Amino acid sequence: MRTHSTVVDGLVLAGLALYATPVAWQLVTSLTPTGDPADVMAGLSLVHYRAVLEASPMPRALANSVGIAAAATLLAAVLAAPAAYALARLPLPGRRLLLLGIVLSTALPAVATVAPLYLIVRALGLRDTWLAVILADTSFALPLSIWLVAGFIRDIPRELEEAAAVDGASRLAALRHVVLPVVAPGLAAAALLTFLFAWNEFLFAYTFTATEASRTAPVALALFPGVFETPWGDIAAASMLASLPPVLLVLGLRRHLVRGLLAGALKE
Amino acid sequence: MTARGDRRLAWILVAPALGVLAVVTGYPVARVLSLSLERRVPIFGIADFVGLANYAFLLRDPAFWNALRVTVLFTVTSVALELVLGVAAAVALRAQRRWQGASLSLLLLPWCLPGVVTGRIFEWIYHPSAGLVNRLIAFVANGQPNWLGDPHLALPALIAADVWRTTPFIALLVYARLASVPPAVYEAAAVDGAGRVASFWRITLPLLFPVLLVALLFRTLDALRAFDLMFILTGGGPAGVTETLTLYAYRSLFQTLQLGFGAASAVVVGTLVVAIAWGHLSAAEGRGANA
Repeated sequence: MRTHSTVVDGLVLAGLALYATPVAWQLVTSLTPTGDPADVMAGLSLVHYRAVLEASPMPRALANSVGIAAAATLLAAVLAAPAAYALARLPLPGRRLLLLGIVLSTALPAVATVAPLYLIVRALGLRDTWLAVILADTSFALPLSIWLVAGFIRDIPRELEEAAAVDGASRLAALRHVVLPVVAPGLAAAALLTFLFAWNEFLFAYTFTATEASRTAPVALALFPGVFETPWGDIAAASMLASLPPVLLVLGLRRHLVRGLLAGALKE
Repeated sequence: MTARGDRRLAWILVAPALGVLAVVTGYPVARVLSLSLERRVPIFGIADFVGLANYAFLLRDPAFWNALRVTVLFTVTSVALELVLGVAAAVALRAQRRWQGASLSLLLLPWCLPGVVTGRIFEWIYHPSAGLVNRLIAFVANGQPNWLGDPHLALPALIAADVWRTTPFIALLVYARLASVPPAVYEAAAVDGAGRVASFWRITLPLLFPVLLVALLFRTLDALRAFDLMFILTGGGPAGVTETLTLYAYRSLFQTLQLGFGAASAVVVGTLVVAIAWGHLSAAEGRGANA
């Protein structure tokens, strides 16, 4: 029995490792000096990483991505938390309609709003700035955050707040000292998900940026320069660098992430 | 605490979020609708009201019908494959007693990569002479198929990349649902003489139905909106066989810079997606009311 389950455990793990082969292939390519994974036995090196970090737009793009994704996440969290509380707990006329609008805007495709957003960005003179991409990202990050956080707040027992009210705390004080600490892990899960979406977003970032000043990592990777032939080794190294933040976050905060992912889908 | 005080507080709390949403979502939605009724080409300073002419042109454009066909084919095939593979992966994960953490991490890896990275990875894997796929094929057969350049192979190759990227999401949802089923349910079935296969069909699948419905919705919406993967891998080619509605709309908007006409096709994509989301919500509400 014991050996049977070890075989099953090993098979499942091996199957998933096989599934990840495309990533491994890219990783090996990035570490092989010739950019041909068949030469892997001749030795590994970091030449492609050095080329990308010293002579490509990638470092600047990574910095842009960190700034833009962090700002979009922060903006969404700060705006979403109070709104989510009101939607989950307070008497709000038209609440159902508001919730419907918020859910439907999470479904809205970027291509549907990109043209008007482009006109706004151009009219405000924001083309090729961080702010343009941050604002565009907010259009999906904010409704998503409100929706997730409202779900987490609904899960808090009402008695907790009522106890605080009995003790003479005002609504706002109860919100700050009772609700916020309890919902903090949910907020963190929503923020993590928002950050990932903002980091990976391509359509808005590609449309609103024009130079290294604001291009994000996915855009820089999509436009990765090759003069005469495609530099597969460099592209592989750039791919790995662009993936590093999301991969580290996801693997490091796996539990929070899974919680955030499941919150929207599993309880209804 | 008065009810009126609560209501005022509620408005104060939602106002900032609603204000921002009005600018980044509400206005753009209204504007894209009005834009779709204009002939607007900014570089020539053209902006005329033309009514439904853009939509009429859309319906006469064979490229639009092709994009619609590709979109439906891409969405139905990839979502169906993802659901089947996702359930299989989740069931396999549940059978695992140890190393589940490592398995979950491996599963999350393809899901969390930026779409552009996935595009670049598969572009390299599909490379006609140096790609992994053709190197493996070389062991068993002759010939080097040009996966992304051959009109018969490009769409299946694109679908494979999309399935690879998103199956983990479904596997994760299903896995979490399975984990919440009390083992007693299966033990009772075993006592009643149900085999593994029977209990999968009679117990597991019915229990999974609600979460599969949600997964189906999320994935359908994402597949309809998909952009980055095809933008990198094929750009809609060869000969339009991978041009989805999203790519078609984007191309009209920003490559030919016909904002009005592009807006009309963007409205079609948006309407399709929002209608499906709405339909799902009303259906879910109906089921909730009956339960």
